[in-house]
Order: sequence, then structure tokens, then C-alpha cells
Amino acid sequence: MDNADMEKTITVRDCWMSFPGKQSGSEIHVLERVSLDVAKGEFVCIVGPSGCGKSTLLNIVGGFLKETRGEVLVEGAPVDGPDPGRIFVFQENGVFPWLTVEQNIGFGLLSRPVAEREERVKHYIAMVGLAGFEKSYPRELSGGMRQRVEIARALAADARVLYMDEPFGALDFLTRLKMRADLIRIWQAEKKTILFVTHDIEEAVQLADRVLVMTKRPATIAEEVRITVPRPRDLDSPDYLAARDRIFAIMGMDAHGGGAV
Amino acid sequence: MNRRLLHIILPLATAVLFLVGWHTAVKMSGSDIFPTPYEVLRGLGELARQGLLLKYIVASLFRVSWGFGLAVIVGVPLGLVLGWFRPAYAALNPFIQILRPISPIAWIPVAILWFGVKDTAPVFLIFLASVFPITVSAMAAVQNMQQVYLRAAQNFGLSGFPLFRRVIFPAALPQVITGIRIALGVAWLVVVAAEMIAVNSGLGYLIIDARNAGKRYDLVVAGMVMIGLIGLVLDLLVRRLEKFDEVRWGYGQR
Ligand SMILES: Nc1ncnc2c1ncn2[C@@H]1O[C@H](COP(=O)(O)OP(=O)(O)O)[C@@H](O)[C@H]1O
Ligand SMILES: [Mg+2]
Repeated sequence: MDNADMEKTITVRDCWMSFPGKQSGSEIHVLERVSLDVAKGEFVCIVGPSGCGKSTLLNIVGGFLKETRGEVLVEGAPVDGPDPGRIFVFQENGVFPWLTVEQNIGFGLLSRPVAEREERVKHYIAMVGLAGFEKSYPRELSGGMRQRVEIARALAADARVLYMDEPFGALDFLTRLKMRADLIRIWQAEKKTILFVTHDIEEAVQLADRVLVMTKRPATIAEEVRITVPRPRDLDSPDYLAARDRIFAIMGMDAHGGGAV
Repeated sequence: MNRRLLHIILPLATAVLFLVGWHTAVKMSGSDIFPTPYEVLRGLGELARQGLLLKYIVASLFRVSWGFGLAVIVGVPLGLVLGWFRPAYAALNPFIQILRPISPIAWIPVAILWFGVKDTAPVFLIFLASVFPITVSAMAAVQNMQQVYLRAAQNFGLSGFPLFRRVIFPAALPQVITGIRIALGVAWLVVVAAEMIAVNSGLGYLIIDARNAGKRYDLVVAGMVMIGLIGLVLDLLVRRLEKFDEVRWGYGQR
């Protein structure tokens, strides 16, 4: 691919989004002038204060919301609804409560041969540490386990693009670290394009090739920070700490807590 | 274990107290028309020996099965469709909301006019009484479905009938079953009322007939007792549906 534009998996140009407000006629401006690019195979994180419009932006890119104004291209075409080749991991848990863990994880694979489906389901159940819970129903699991089911379902579907909206938010600290490492491993092995939303700056710096920092509402992208720390990332390396502190500074805080918000 | 015992002993104690109170009240009032519990039991025995008890129960259950069964067959799909397609909802919901508050009892003259004094009339009344709760709950179930399930399903490329079968229907099912349970209770209420007017068999008929033919209040109360007991059994049966893993998530923590 020699043409630079060909490599772009996601392109957002001058995107605006507002919702109707409580009073009729009023509007809540959530996104203003958002532009971003994600190259094929790239891992990009979006960070921003909560309520700034991260989920809104990701839902627009994912095809679940229509922008008020602007242009959103994914894989070379304007986004017109969701696509099985681009799987979304929802912030509010989207695991189906009427299906077992293994039925949920195999949900995107029903067109595959049974043997292949079972194989993949087994593989991803093991990866997210849910072996032994294949026949359990979501209501029998903790919030963190349910979140892992959803992540496994997204990975098992073998999508080219993953949209992840704070997917590790409900997990405990150790599981979160493990899931981050697993995600990076899968991303490297399967060359997926990942657009990942989080409010956790450390998480963004651990994961991303590039971090896009959003401002408060009405949000736009304040700055982008390229993370050049080689993987697996040394979380004590000067480069890592510098990138982290830079993002803290952009968001108006210092890394040691406090500061003006 | 202890809780189990409690759930058996306490209701039994209530029942015994009630029966004793009933018996004493009849004795103290000196009434020779209103029966004591024992007389009611004797009345039940008499009906059973004559073969009338079983016959009337079967007759009532038969009518409920038809009316209620038709209501499920019509109401569930209708409700799901109304919940899903906004134009269908806009077109039909006002109509449904006007029909719904009309008591099935008010339809009795119309039912007799249309169907005569045959089994069809009570079946029609039961159908009318149960189809609305079923339709409305199925409709609400689809409308209140969590958006994230729909989005996830669409993300996996589902649309049309597969979307309906694999996501919308299972997501709505817990609330649909609740509607079915309510409707069965209503159906049982209505069959008894309908049998008091339109037919000559069934538990409702038994009550009216026992009163008219010789003031046999022991049989009147016997009929009432059977109606209550069968209603309880029907409700327990439908409640079992709520225990299935596919729908248990929909009922909160119990
Ligand atoms: N459907 C909607 N209708 C009205 N306001 C909305 C809607 N969705 C989101 N918002 C508002 O948009 C803002 C951004 O929300 P969201 O994208 O969820 O933020 P984030 O994910 O960054 O926490 C919030 O103020 C929220 O109240
Ligand atoms: Mg969000």
C-alpha cells in the first residue's frame, strides 16, 4: 500500500454531534470539530474526562449513532450502521443473559463449522480465564467475569476492527493487567485495528501506539501523543513516565494527583 | 431447611385457624343455610360420587384451555410485532387501550348474541379477557428491551427474522411469561363468571345451579373452594416457567 490514504482504516473528519436537550429546541453539544485517523493495524486510545463524549464518538464510528455533521469513513466507506467485521465491546455489558458463557462467546460464529466454532470458543474461554464456567449463565457470574465474556465474544468473532469502550473498567487490578497483556498479544498476532476508549491514562499509555486526548464537553481532540516505548512496555522507563505525565498535563493535572481540573 | 418448614407450617396454621373460626362462626350464628367446613367437605364428596365434580372441572378447564390458548397464540406475536414496528403500534395501540378496560363481563350479552348459549361464548369471553394482558406485556417487553442487546446483535450482522428469534424474543420472554401468568389468572376468573350465565356445566354453573335448585349452599361453597384450589394450581404451574435458566435473569434476585 503506497497510497497513504489506503492505509487508513478509520477517518473522522470535522465531526459534530449534539443531542436534543431537556427543553424542546435546546441542544446538548457533545462533540465539536473532531477529526482523527487510525491506520490499519494501529492501536489507538482515546482518553478524556468522563462525560466528555468518548462513548458518543465511539458509537458514531461504530455505526450506532449518526453524527450531526461531518464525515466518518471506515475501511474506505462511509459508516452506515454496524458491521460484523468490526466488533464493539460495550461499556454497559452487552452479554446476552439468556445464553450460557459458551453460547455467548460463540454468538458471532454460527456460520462457521461446528468443530471450528467449538475450537475457537474453547480457546477464548481459556484466554479470559473462564474455563469451568462454560455452562454458566451471566447472572451467575461477577461483573468482571461478565465483562470478560463480552471481550472473549468480540475476540472470537475474528473481526478486523475492534471498538472497545472502557472494556476493563469492571475488572479488578490484576485481571485488568492480564487482560491488557492478552489484548496486546492478540493485537500483535492477528494484526487487528483497535480503537479503545478509556478514562484511565495509565491504561492508555500501556496499550496504545497513539493516545488521543479529548477535552471537556463540548469535546474535541486536544492533542495526540505518540507512545514510542517498545513492547512489552517497561512501566518504569523514562519514556513511559514522560508520555504519561504529558497526558496528565494536557488534561490539566499533575501526575501525582491533584492540580487544577 | 428451617425456612422450608416455616413455609409449610405457617400457611397450615393459618388454614387451621381459618377453618376453626369459620366453623365457630357458623355454629354461633345458628345458621342452617350457610355450611360449616365439614358440610362443604361432605358436599364435595357427594359431587365426586355423582361424577359431577370431575365433569365440571374438566368442562371449566376445557373452556379456559381454548380461550387462553388462543389468546397466547394471538397475543404474543401481536404484542411482539406492536412493540417492534412503530407504525403498527401507532395504528393499533389506541384501539387496544380502549378495548382493554371493558370488563369481559360487559361482553356477555354480546357473546350470547354472537355465539348463543354454547361453549363458544365463554371461550370468546376468556379469549377477550386474556388477550389484552398478554399483548400489552409482550409489547412493553420489546419496547423496554435494553438497547445494548439490540446493538450487540446488529453488530454481529443479525437482522430480520434471525434478529427476532435469537435476540428480541429471548430478551422479551421473561416479561411475556409474566403477562401470560397474569392472563391465566384473569382467564380463570372469567370462565367462572361466564359459566354463571351462558352454559350448563362447569364450576360457575355448579354455583348458580346449587343456589337456584334448593339453596344448597354447601355445594355453592364447595364450588368456590374448587375454583380457588384450581386457580392456585394453575398459577403454580405457570410460575414454573419462570424458573427456566433462559428467563430467570429477567426476574431479579429471588
Ligand atoms: N442519547 C443521548 N441523549 C442525550 N444526551 C446524551 C446521550 N448520550 C450521551 N449524552 C450526553 O453526552 C455526553 C457524553 O456522553 P458519553 O459519550 O457517554 O461520555 P463518556 O463516554 O466520555 O463518559 C454526556 O453529557 C451525556 O449526558
Ligand atoms: Mg463512556
